[in-house]
Amino acid sequence: MERITPLLWLLFSAGGTVAALLFPVHLLLTGLAFPTGWLEAPSHGSLHRLMTHPVVGVYLFVLISLPLFHWAHRFRYTLYDGLQLTHLTALIAVLCYGAALLGTAMTAYLLWSIR
Amino acid sequence: MSAEPHYTLYHPRWYRRRVSVWWWLRKWSYAGFVLRELTSVFVAFFAVVFLWQLWAVAQGPEAYTQFLARLKTPLFFVLDTVAFLFVLFHAVTWFNLTPKAMVVRLRGTRVPDAVIIGLNYAAWLVLSGAVAFVLLRA
Repeated sequence: MERITPLLWLLFSAGGTVAALLFPVHLLLTGLAFPTGWLEAPSHGSLHRLMTHPVVGVYLFVLISLPLFHWAHRFRYTLYDGLQLTHLTALIAVLCYGAALLGTAMTAYLLWSIR
Repeated sequence: MSAEPHYTLYHPRWYRRRVSVWWWLRKWSYAGFVLRELTSVFVAFFAVVFLWQLWAVAQGPEAYTQFLARLKTPLFFVLDTVAFLFVLFHAVTWFNLTPKAMVVRLRGTRVPDAVIIGLNYAAWLVLSGAVAFVLLRA
């Protein structure tokens, strides 16, 4: 575990940067502006065409995977510090990074199958 | 990683007072710290919504229509509003922290914190505009 800590920290900070720069605008559009009808949501056809583009594929992979690792790392320490669950160290780490890995695998699979 | 505690030889274990689980409610700065740490939950929430959207688009027009309809329900509207506020809090605290995590030197002198923070906000503005342009034109 100690040996891969720098890698986990790198994923945490890269994911934090991606989430900070890109999540607000996506959340504002997809989560608020489209559902309320303030702006029109893109049609299935155009979104599908967009998502099959290789550059957009890489973008979406980065956009979903890195923030998941950001969550895994930060939430892990929130549980330690906030709830003082120090005795569950190993279990929490496995669950957090495992969930991020699972999400990453699902993203990769979907992006691969949509091509 | 072992569950065995590490003891320092010939040393008694120092007395440590137990800290309440609610320690962070005692001061605003502590509460702010915990709120900042909790933003990660909403970051993950939205990453999962993204994954769900990707899945819906891959499935076909019907699944995508259902996805859009689901986002219109009050539950998701409230969740998205709260998530948006937390993600904004994450973005602002993250940008303001960058000069502390990353010290940039240019010709021997340290680039002022305000410049690094300003560049972050500028990048934020440009990228947000680009994303909105692509998504709204699609």
